[in-house]
Amino acid sequence: MSAPSRPTGSVGQQPALTIFERSAPGRRAFVPPAMDVPQRPLDEVLPARLRRREPARLPEVAEPEIVRHFNRLSKRNFDLDTGFYPLGSCTMKHNPKLHERVAALPGNSRLHPAQDPRRAQGALELMWRLQEALAEIAGLPHVSLQPSAGSHGELAGVLLTRAYHEDRGDRRTKVLTPDTAHGTNPATVTMAGYRVVKLATAPDGGVDVDDLRAKVDDDVACLMLTNPNTLGLFDSRIEEIAEIVHGAGATLYYDGANLNAVVGISRPGDMGFDIVHFNLHKTFTQPHGGGGPGAGPIAVSDRIEPYLPRPQVVRRAADNGGEPHFDLDFDRPKSIGRLRGFQGNYGVFVRSYAYIRSLGAEGLREMSETAVLNANYLLARLRRAGVAEYLPVAYDRLCMHEFVLSGAPMKRELGIRTLDLAKRLLDHGVHPPTVYFPLLVDEALLVEPTETETKETLDAFADAVAEILREAARDPDVARRAPYTTPVGRLDEATAAKRPVIRQPL
Amino acid sequence: MTTYTSATDRDRAEMLAEIGVGSIEDLFESIPAALRLGRPLDLPSGLSEAEVHAHLRDLAERNVSAQDEVTFVGAGMYDHYVPALVDAIIERSEFLTPYTPYQPEVSQGTLQAMFEYQTAISELTGLAVSNASVYDGPSAVGAAGYLARLANGRERFVVSRGLHPHSRETLVTMSAGYGTEVVEVPLSGGVTDPDALADAVDEGTAAVFLQQPNFLGAVEDLETLVPGARATGAVAVCACDPVALGILRPPGELGIDVAVGEGQPLGNRLDYGGPSFGFFAASDAYLRRMPGRIAGETTDAQGRRGFVLTLQTREQHIRREKATSNICTAQALNALAGIVYLSWLGRRGLVELTELLVARTAYARDALTARDGVRLAHDAPVVREFAVSLDAPVRAVVERCATAGVNPGYRLDLDYPEVENGLLVAITEQRSRADIDRLAQVLGDAVAAERAGAPAQAPA
Amino acid sequence: MPEASYPDDVLYHQEHDWARVEGDVATFGITWYAQDQLGEVVFFEPPQAGTTTTKDEPYSEVESVKAVSDVVAPLSGEVIEGNEALSDRPEAINEDPYGEGWMVKVRLSDPGEQEQLLDAQAYRASLE
Repeated sequence: MSAPSRPTGSVGQQPALTIFERSAPGRRAFVPPAMDVPQRPLDEVLPARLRRREPARLPEVAEPEIVRHFNRLSKRNFDLDTGFYPLGSCTMKHNPKLHERVAALPGNSRLHPAQDPRRAQGALELMWRLQEALAEIAGLPHVSLQPSAGSHGELAGVLLTRAYHEDRGDRRTKVLTPDTAHGTNPATVTMAGYRVVKLATAPDGGVDVDDLRAKVDDDVACLMLTNPNTLGLFDSRIEEIAEIVHGAGATLYYDGANLNAVVGISRPGDMGFDIVHFNLHKTFTQPHGGGGPGAGPIAVSDRIEPYLPRPQVVRRAADNGGEPHFDLDFDRPKSIGRLRGFQGNYGVFVRSYAYIRSLGAEGLREMSETAVLNANYLLARLRRAGVAEYLPVAYDRLCMHEFVLSGAPMKRELGIRTLDLAKRLLDHGVHPPTVYFPLLVDEALLVEPTETETKETLDAFADAVAEILREAARDPDVARRAPYTTPVGRLDEATAAKRPVIRQPL
Repeated sequence: MTTYTSATDRDRAEMLAEIGVGSIEDLFESIPAALRLGRPLDLPSGLSEAEVHAHLRDLAERNVSAQDEVTFVGAGMYDHYVPALVDAIIERSEFLTPYTPYQPEVSQGTLQAMFEYQTAISELTGLAVSNASVYDGPSAVGAAGYLARLANGRERFVVSRGLHPHSRETLVTMSAGYGTEVVEVPLSGGVTDPDALADAVDEGTAAVFLQQPNFLGAVEDLETLVPGARATGAVAVCACDPVALGILRPPGELGIDVAVGEGQPLGNRLDYGGPSFGFFAASDAYLRRMPGRIAGETTDAQGRRGFVLTLQTREQHIRREKATSNICTAQALNALAGIVYLSWLGRRGLVELTELLVARTAYARDALTARDGVRLAHDAPVVREFAVSLDAPVRAVVERCATAGVNPGYRLDLDYPEVENGLLVAITEQRSRADIDRLAQVLGDAVAAERAGAPAQAPA
Repeated sequence: MPEASYPDDVLYHQEHDWARVEGDVATFGITWYAQDQLGEVVFFEPPQAGTTTTKDEPYSEVESVKAVSDVVAPLSGEVIEGNEALSDRPEAINEDPYGEGWMVKVRLSDPGEQEQLLDAQAYRASLE
């Protein structure tokens, strides 16, 4: 039977037209409110030489077509509400639906950031309570909610480090990061005016403490780490590492991307970290939105507190024995200043705060315990014969909330790479794990199931991987040409990079 | 306590058996005993969904939002009407819950929306290259500074005093890291002093920063200013109000190299300041220096059109310490709201919206200055926001207005003390003529009462 | 170029770059091994004439979709010409790394440095 000559009705398979291509002159959605004021000639009010000669060539589409267009687009996405999304380092846990409802409350959504603090007490109290909760989770007393993403928090942390050293008359030029670090760490270091020095990883996956001792000196401003690290392993020498770093007068920075493993179990402040950033869009389940928004608040120790961004949300005692009130404190002479406008991604704070109040102390601990349980269970299932010989775990120990497999044996023996496995997983209706990170592991596959998945989902994933390997043993070409069931197949990224087309010619 | 996990006792038992340990506690053996918290977190117990909702609702009710008062506060974020279709689209799971598009075959929705957004921003700014968003307006200004620093290695930024105070401060904070000085050029008559600007720019200037309209609402004469800014090869950066770009000449047409700005007015709620998005556009020469994600068009093996993240070698996950910025997560969902909104406004709609804003703003300027004790801070042309000077302490005047249910504008006394008792008044399409008349009434009365020393009323 | 190729008319540097010396002028490029590791090259911008190259130090970068690599100078000198054609066809570096994929022509400052480079046989052996 020959293939149909026209595309089927399946939305996912229809060709992609842009909103501009769906335009026709004269169509419209928006209708302005009536002109209710006298109109002076425009030239009088706003001279012609300041004005556009031609209107901006925005689309011309009525509401039904706009809705249909974006609905169709949405169906060309795989999303977390639809299926398993074990992207290592991203903590793709369920996004509770309550959070959208509370973020949309008009008292939140229609509140202007420049509103007088006395008339934004609900918002400031929410932020203050969130700060208190994050401080307790981190084990560090002072929190700023200002940074808007993890890497923004990292920049804040390194700039805080710089301010701390400069205030002591100490000029240092280097920041240490492990060779397994996420790319945002070295990028941040350069933005903050420091030079990156890489640290080796020990055979057990932790920091090579001998290399650390060799490289730490009084020109090192900071060591940036995450614990558990990007291999999903808790570095149990962290106390020793902290002592070495502090002994040289440097600060110890915690990248909170992997916090989901240890909430309520161990605290970065207790491990010896001076500065911690949280990824509210990871551990605290702000929806990822296809690439943001998120938030990257930071918690710091007493010695770093004076340099925190301005303004800080504070609680002030009442003058006359009444209720305390909340305020924005701008009077911070040693502050590094601002990293963005106004107070930060408040809508994200609302969601994270609702989450923390929903789970509470017990629930947060259960969250981490279950995250670690699910990861170890999935690792154990994958280790069963048929998978482990081709995709061995890179470090043969209990993992924390995520683990790294190496596809090197699979590549050698079955002729398919980690990339091919990932593309074939798409046909099985799951999102693949993170591929080719961390760089230290050859053909890396970084798997983080999170705590909100059922045992059945984990079993199905392990079975899917096993099936793909069996299929590759029979015919490696199937995975090499996958995916087959997605709206598009593998895309020509080389041409996209060589001859970039990044906007529609209009 | 609410939980979103599924693990039952039975599940746990089966899973622990498969792993080969006796208890969950055993899974944490790599954490030394000394580092175990050993006690519950000192946080309240979890609540049911209904209780959390009630608590959040209580907190929200203690805020005086644009629903509770007639507000004329702008300063970069505006109380525009967000149409229902924006909510309907961005609430969709398929847009709300996925991650950054690392597997493009299953992320065509997000990637195509980014491409359409980039096209729209390019069109508004008149610049060939746009990225897919940064965090907000002020951090976009900071990112433009970093671009200039990497492009020419020079060590000074020249900044108009007309740039949003938060943008100026963010630039100072970010550039303190890589050692760049920030020098300010004054305003004269509400706009950037062109001679002072030309004087300040020299061979050591990495970039010049202007804002359009500037913070006091004035439309800058970019055509006159830009040549002076670029005379020694500095990067010319302009922070713009995206709605105002519907009527003002696109900065790209006037020689601006990099146009950035706060995207909140495009289909995003106020949300007490975030999340919104920053837009970032530049001329083609800066393509490879752009920060953030960029979506590009391509085809698959069957020739089907598709979109991918492109030029990734600029970015942190590949370029690491030499990346154009450290951005990973940005504001994709908010940028999606932006392109939906721009599609909703459409070519005619944006023109009509801006014409309405210009007319109402002119009306408001007249109505306010007709009252005693209210003067224009400058008479430069404006689009949708303007500054006035009051003959009474602005703080006290604003308080009096608040008790009458009107928020008359953003106080300028802290950031622009040279504008005597200054107030920045913003108009959106949600402020009708009647609202403006009310503002004039309430503001005029408040100034008069303050001058007369009348006792302040307790808030309603 | 699908098959590994290490021609005899060039000298090799251990960082996977080659030099073809003609009097006091040399042409540089990257070896078959280097382009194979990189994958399809999407971007290369040669340094401008007048730029100094220092033996063993990077003088430029070459990009594939998912990687960036330093291009190391096998010999010291001054760039007299860069291969501008690579701006439009960077894939020439993959297709013909020793011919059309040449990167810069350099006037050597110390031709004696050639002694330190490897011949094709030694370079091939070093890849084992």
